[in-house]
Parts: sequence; structure tokens; C-alpha cells
Amino acid sequence: MKKTFALAGMAGLLASTAMAVATLPASADGHIAGCPDSGRISIVGNEFPAIQTIGAGAMACAEAGADVSTNLTSEHQTINIPGMQGNPAEYTSAIVANSSIVGLINEDVIRPLDDLIAEHGDGIQQNQLITINGQVMAVAFMANAQHLVYRADILEEAGLDVPTTYEEMLAAAEAIRAAGIVENPVGGAYAAGWNLAQEFNNMFLGFGGSHFEAGTAEPNVNSEAGVQALEMMKALSEYMNPDFLTHDSNTTNAEFRAGNVALMNMWGSRAATLVDAEGVPQEVIDGFAIAGPMTVGGGDVPASTLWWDGWTVAANISDEDAEATFLALKRAIAPSILEDEDTAIQAVWLIDGYEPTPAAEGVFAAAQSGTIPYPMLPYMGLLHTALGNELADFMQGRETAEQALADVEAAYVAAAREQGFLQ
Amino acid sequence: MSSVATRKPLTVQLALSAFMIIWLIAAAFPFFWTLWGSFKVELDFFSIADWTNAIFGRNTEATFGSPFTGAGYEGAWVQEEFWRNVFNTFIVCLFVVCTSLTIGTLGGYALSRSGFKYVFWLLIIALIFRAMPQITLVSGYLPVFFHWNIWGYLPTAIIVLVAINQPFTLWMLHSFFESIPKELDESAKVDGCTQFQAFRYVIIPVMWPGVITTGLFSFLLAYNDFAVTALVLQESNRTMIPAIAAFLGTTQTEGNVMFAVAAVVSATAPLFVLVMFFQRQIVSGLTAGAVKG
Amino acid sequence: MKHSTFFWFFAPTGLAMLIFIAAPIASVLVQSVFTPHEPVIIEAENCGPFGCTTETTIDQDATQALRDAEPLGRFRGFDIYFDRGHLAVAEVAEAWRTSDSLGAFFGELGDLPFYRAMAFTLTYTFVCTPALIALGFVIAISVNALHRSLRGLAIFFSLLPMIVTPLVGSLILFWMIDSRGVLGTFIQYLADDPDLSIKASTPLMWIALIIYGIWSSAPFAFVVFYAGLQTVPQDTIESAKIDGASRWEQIRYIIIPHLMPLVTFVALIQLMDNFKVFEPILGFTAQAHAQSLSWIIFNDLSGETRQLSAAAATSVMTIVCVAILLSPVLIRTWRDFRGRAR
Repeated sequence: MKKTFALAGMAGLLASTAMAVATLPASADGHIAGCPDSGRISIVGNEFPAIQTIGAGAMACAEAGADVSTNLTSEHQTINIPGMQGNPAEYTSAIVANSSIVGLINEDVIRPLDDLIAEHGDGIQQNQLITINGQVMAVAFMANAQHLVYRADILEEAGLDVPTTYEEMLAAAEAIRAAGIVENPVGGAYAAGWNLAQEFNNMFLGFGGSHFEAGTAEPNVNSEAGVQALEMMKALSEYMNPDFLTHDSNTTNAEFRAGNVALMNMWGSRAATLVDAEGVPQEVIDGFAIAGPMTVGGGDVPASTLWWDGWTVAANISDEDAEATFLALKRAIAPSILEDEDTAIQAVWLIDGYEPTPAAEGVFAAAQSGTIPYPMLPYMGLLHTALGNELADFMQGRETAEQALADVEAAYVAAAREQGFLQ
Repeated sequence: MSSVATRKPLTVQLALSAFMIIWLIAAAFPFFWTLWGSFKVELDFFSIADWTNAIFGRNTEATFGSPFTGAGYEGAWVQEEFWRNVFNTFIVCLFVVCTSLTIGTLGGYALSRSGFKYVFWLLIIALIFRAMPQITLVSGYLPVFFHWNIWGYLPTAIIVLVAINQPFTLWMLHSFFESIPKELDESAKVDGCTQFQAFRYVIIPVMWPGVITTGLFSFLLAYNDFAVTALVLQESNRTMIPAIAAFLGTTQTEGNVMFAVAAVVSATAPLFVLVMFFQRQIVSGLTAGAVKG
Repeated sequence: MKHSTFFWFFAPTGLAMLIFIAAPIASVLVQSVFTPHEPVIIEAENCGPFGCTTETTIDQDATQALRDAEPLGRFRGFDIYFDRGHLAVAEVAEAWRTSDSLGAFFGELGDLPFYRAMAFTLTYTFVCTPALIALGFVIAISVNALHRSLRGLAIFFSLLPMIVTPLVGSLILFWMIDSRGVLGTFIQYLADDPDLSIKASTPLMWIALIIYGIWSSAPFAFVVFYAGLQTVPQDTIESAKIDGASRWEQIRYIIIPHLMPLVTFVALIQLMDNFKVFEPILGFTAQAHAQSLSWIIFNDLSGETRQLSAAAATSVMTIVCVAILLSPVLIRTWRDFRGRAR
């Protein structure tokens, strides 16, 4: 009973999705095309709109006779591993990204999908398959990347071109401040913790760094690229609101909407609805524009990372449930969901037949310009956590870049020893 | 019972009144500010451009033609069906308070009426139990709950909340029962009652003030809990506080802050009623309890 | 009361605590001395929407064999407790050897997560607890001095900070102290510094967190003390007045001693809760400026790779620290108890 209402709470948000689902053919006997008519399907994942669409698509199979439930919550990452470790697993599928699939693989709770792809894989494109060591472990349905978001009207007023490098961004910021248009023209999700670490990753890869010594779990961030990345972040922060260490992506977007920010590096998934909120001033709505990610330090790899979101199937469930889960989720990402306009703009879909909307330009530019995917390494999460904790001291001027990076490596090594990645 | 302070000279009276006014402003101002802001759009509420916008609602007026809007409330209650979360909270609170008080009363009574040394150690152990950070407890529960297939149900969350709150309940009720004269139930036992009968017919009738106070604290714990309910309940049956946290959004999700603000105000309203209703009991309960360290 | 009677009265609550608190604590103890096996790492080609790369991954079959052989993991003794994320024994010794002055040594210590967290946690605990007890006491006296008809309303508003959930209460205040928010602007006006930002300064953030801590917990102390005031014996006060005791002397020698047991109770609960400070740090996004042991546990558990052993070790250290912190109060309670039992 608890599962019946799983998505009722999202009814309003998903009115559009419900319409999309309704357009799929359903025959009188309850059989719905593409749906399994038995088996247990239970999905855990994050709660953003694109995933809500996938969840609703799978829920539609409940009428065909399958036992379907979803639990889409921001706590998914804490719940998914314990929820898939039991036998049988509570969740038959977890929706993950390239950072979070690593945790599931480390714990060995998801199954290779090769046999299911061979049998039912028609309609899934080759580039949607996430292959690890030759085995398909996930099916991706959307892509994401951070890229430039800017105010075209402010750049025009200051007589500036759209920056393509971070050095140009700094110059533009100085010009905008000097012209007295905006006091703190640069925005960025620099909140201490995950966000700050992610901005470092971007910049570090842009400077040509690599997080680990090749083929090992030994950290490699205390390097020239690391120092340069931190120096650039420090330089940018001079043009940010002084509270930047408390600004996560939501706060940064709010600053942009209030008209306080002219240039920022922001997630592509936010572009479609960034200025949709009620009460946003007209000049912000009109001036809003996006472009591909910037490069830094004369490099040709953009200072950004590519991300995908995709679904997996649990290892500790019967083959029948695994097949049902695969079918329901495959149906949930069928090309026909893109017929609905609201769904089409929810994400940069990796689904066959997706036509990039203007809001997807930034992510497409990121993919085309050779941006590096976020590293899918077993120990990357530990380094990310260490970066998030130790870099704030440098950003506040309490430490040198070298000291902060040495702290990062020390914190990472302690964590990696605990997890057994290092001796 | 004329108060200690009623006959204070004018200067002392004035000083106390002035302090009272400052304190009441400090205590209530954030709440009234939020209440006022909940009828605005997000840009006005945060008022990043100009803080006076939060008072006059310029962006709200530009959007809705009036400086007030119920959009946040409509979004939270109609679109996101916040009432489901309110209902879940109600169920959780009701059962947490009842269960917690039932077993806590029995335990606290026993602790207060037994003079053996282990009573002291039980109280100390209960206190040490309370020192355990909740988040560690909850993450320890998850694998076991999934294994037993009891994860995601309201009764599970209720039992966990009851157990986590037992140390506080025991300490509070133990001190309270200490202040009820032992002669009451001793004489009942002399008259031939068993210990339970003495408890049932002599103690229960006089224990309500303390029990109600303890119950109020249990209620607040269940009502305000985030750590347990966010991880033990699922999206379909979560309580108010995790739902409000979900409105706020995450790194990947643009939240709808005004839904959260409206929900926060709504979540506080029932507490107003509750405190108004029980304020006399809170005080009289503690009076009778005269909690001893 | 007989042992058997006691047992049956205590059984339900004891059982609940045994299953849901004692058992997890036992498993946390085990978890803090065992760590996951060293996974067998192999290089492999990974492919996705953005092409293929050579990355490392875990050889599941080989690692599974290790796990099956020793399901608890590797026994590490107290290694985790002594590593850099916790007591950092090696790093502290190193800092002691290399630092020229005590100041430099403490600077080095402040760079280690555990000591950084302890610095804030202890400051917070030892400033908040006495302050909120004092504030709660003064509020109680003031409310008691009010006219009867006003008291209900005053109690009700005084309780507001306690009944708003900490997660949300701290968020609301966080929005208000923004440099553009209503309180932030007010403080800038008072300090006559238009660039002042609380969120950008570590000392101001500490002060904001401490003020929030006092604000949100003072009502608890207030309720307890106000109730205690109702039971102050009036005849004692009257006779003190006849003896010519001043108002201050009445408070000092009659009211405060009468409330002492309550002060102990409030101190016990609040020392413990303040030591576990967590929600305000999250609500204020204050991790760049202030961290606590509970926050470290949260951070270890919420990363993409959960560090269960690290979190377990920090949890055990939290319990030990709380026990040390409360020991003076507990010894007092033990004396009281023995006194009563005889």
C-alpha cells in the first residue's frame, strides 16, 4: 500500500509527464506496449525533474501487472547501497551518475546488463551504454556539464566579447566592475565541500592535471596544475560576492536571477529554467545567455567535466525481476517521451531522436570540445571529499596553495588507507 | 501564591520589562519575518537586491499585481500535496508520544522506587546512550532494516524515535517520580496491593503533570526530527521536515524555496495551538517534577 | 522494590534501548577496528557517451574472495583512531618536533580535522551552556515578574525558538544575516561598515553560531527554571525580607540554591547537546569556518564513498568525550544517589 502513492505527491509537477505517458498505446486488457506484465520493479534515485519523468514512465507499467514502486529522494545516495545489499535487494534499480555508480560497483551490488541488452536492447543507442571492463553496467539517458552562463546585455554595455577562457573572464570581470555596472560580476558554486571541490576539479583538468598517478590510487593533485588551478580560483573569487564559500549552485543561481552576477560557470541542467522563477527582472530574462565551457591557461581541454545520469539493475534479485526492471526502464526512456515539450527541455537527453534545444547548447559544446568526463575511479569520491574539506583554508587566505594541496593529499591518503586502496 | 517579584521597586520592574521586550523581539522576530516573507516571491524574500523589498514586495507586486501572494502556500499544499506529509507527521507524533510515555513511565517509576545500585548505573548508561550521535545510529540501522524488509514504514520510524528518546524520557520521569512521596504507594502495598496495582491506582492519578511535560518534549523531538525520518522513510510516506528539506533542493535540483518557507510557517502553526493549549501543564508538570540532577 | 518486579517494569524501555541503541553502539565499536579489505585493482577500458578511457576498476571476483574469507574486514586495532582523520598521532608528534613555538604548534594542530573540530566544539559548548543557563534564568525571573494576564503570551513567544525545527530555524537566521538581509544590513549600519559580511569571516561566523545556539536553547532552560520558581517556598522569602535581605540577596541565597538541582539537569542535557552541535553548521553552510565532531561524521557518511570505519571511530570518540565532559556532574549524582539510598 505504501507504494501506491509514490508519485502522487508530484502530480502537479508531472502533469506533463502523465500526458506523455497517456499517449503511449494501452490496450483494454491492461497490457501496455513494452511493459513487463509481472515482476517487481523498485527504483531509487535523485528527485530532479528528468528523473521524475523516468520514474513516472516506469510507474506506468504498474497497470500492466508489474509491481512497481519508486523512491526518488535527495537521500538516495545514502540509501541505495544498503537497499541493494540485501538478498533479495529492496531496490531493483538505482539511478546514478558517473560519480555515484562507483560506490555501487565498489560494493558489487549491480549486475552486468549484456545479456539483457542482447535480448531487449533494440532502441537503446550504443553511446548510451556505460561499459566497465567490457561489461555494460548502466544505461545513460542524459548528459550534463558545467559551462558559461552570462548576461549578454551587460557584456554589450561594457563592450566585451563573450569570454572563451578564464583569463578573458577575469579581464571581463575587471572591466564590468570598473565600469560600475555590477560590483561582484563573477558567480560560482564555491560553497566549501562538494561544490568547491568540483570547481577545483574543473580548473585542475583545464590546466592539464590528472588526479592520480597513472594506474594507481596515489594522489597527484599537489602539482603545478593544482597550484595554478587554485591561484585561478583565488583570482576569480576576488570578483565574487565575499560570501562565496557559502554559495552553492542554488544560491549562485539566485544571485544571477537578482541581477548581481554577469558571468558564471553553471550546470547545463539548470539552463532551461534558470530565469523561469516568479519575479525575475525583465533585463535578466532578456540578457540571459549561455555558451560552452571556457579553457584556462592556454590549454585546449575545457575547464569542466562531462557527466551522465543513467540507470542500473541490482545484482541480488531474480532474473525475472531484473528483466522486468530492464524493460520498464527501457520503456521509460523510449524516444516517444520526447514528444512532450516539457519533457524535452528537462535535460540534455541521450535518447535517439533528441533535438538539442537552445538550453542544451552549452552541454553540447562541452562534449564537442573534448571536455574530460568526471573520472569514474573507485577512489575518486574519497579525493573529492578531501578536496572539499581542505581547500577552504586556501580560499580564505589562511594557507598557501602548496600547503592546502598537501593537506588534501594527506587527508585523502588517510581515507584511502582505511578503504584499502593504499597500503 | 503571590509572586516573588510583584513587589519590586519601579527601577527593577522597568529593567525587567525592558529585558522582556528585547527578549520577546529576539525570540519572535525571525518567525514574524518569515511569516511576512512567506507571502512574497523568492527574490523579495531573499531581497538580494535591496533588503526593503522583503517588506514592501516590489518584485511580488511586479509579478502578481499585489505585494502579497499565496503562491508559496498553493505550491506547497496543492501542487506538492504537503498535507500528506502533515498527516504522516501527525501519525508519527501520536504514536511516538503514546509509546514513549507508556514504556517510559513504567521504567521511570521502577527506577525511582528501587534503591539498588544498578539503578544508578542504568541511569548513567542511558545518559551515555544519549551521547551517541543520531546520524551514526541511523546509518547503522539501514542494512539491518533492509535485510529484515522493515525499511520505509511508519512503524519503523516510530519505534526508532521512541527508542532514541528513551534516555531523556527516563531521566525526566525518574526525577518526577522521585518527587512523588514514596509513602503513597508503600501504604497501598501495605494494604495488600501488588506493585503494579499500587502504580495503577495510586500513582497514575497523580502523575499527569509530569507525564504531559515529558510528552511535550517527546512530541517536539518527533515533530522536528530530520535525521531519522529522512533516512528511514521513503518519498511516499515522509514526514514534514524531510519534505521541507526536499523543497529546498540539492546540488542537482533547483529547489522551490518559497514552497519551503510556506511549509515552514505551516509546520509551526499546529505547534502554536499545542503550546497555547498545554502551556499551563508544561509549567505545572515541571513544578511537580522539580527535576533533580 | 523486588528485583523481579523492577525487571518487568523496566523491561519494555530496556529492551527498546538494547535493540536500537546498545546493539548499534556495539556494531559501531566493531566497525571502528575493522576496515574494508584491500580491493584488487585492475586497469580496464571504460566506455560511455563521451568515448572510452582507460581507468582502474575493482576486480570483483578476486575482491569477493577476500571478503568471503573474512567477512568483518581487516582487523586494524586502533589504527583508525590514530590516523590523520582522528587523533593524528604521527602528525601531532611531527608538529611538536618541527614547531619553534607553542603558537606554531597550535597552528599546525588547527590544520588537522579532529583538533579543528574540537576547537570549535569546545568553544561552542563552554560559551553556549553557561550563557543559555543565565539567559534562561533571567527570562524566567522576568516572566515571573509580569502581570498574570501577560504571562501566557510571554511563555508562548519565549518558546518559539525551541519549537521551530533546528534545520529550518538556522536556515531562516542564515538568510537574515546575509550581508543584504535584514539583520546583516542592520549590523552593517551598527558597525558603520557597508562591506561587513558575517558569512565571509570566521570569527563572526563563530559568534553567529554561538548566538544561534544560545537563542535556540535558552527556552528549554527557561521552561525548567520558570517551573522551579513556582515552588520557591514563600515563607522563606518572607522571613528573609523581615531579616532585611536585599532583593539580590534573596535571589542569591534562596532562589538560586532552590533551583540548583534544575541547573544541574539543564547543564547535563545542554552540555551533551551542544557538544553534538550539527544542524546549525549545516544550516549556516558554515563548514569553511566551523566544524564539529558530529559534522565530521556526517561528512564521512555522505560522500560518494562512505567511510564507515572513520565515522564509527569518530562516533566512539564523541561518546568518550561526552562521558569525560559530564563526569563532574555524574560524580555529583552518584554522591546524591548514595546519600539517598542509605
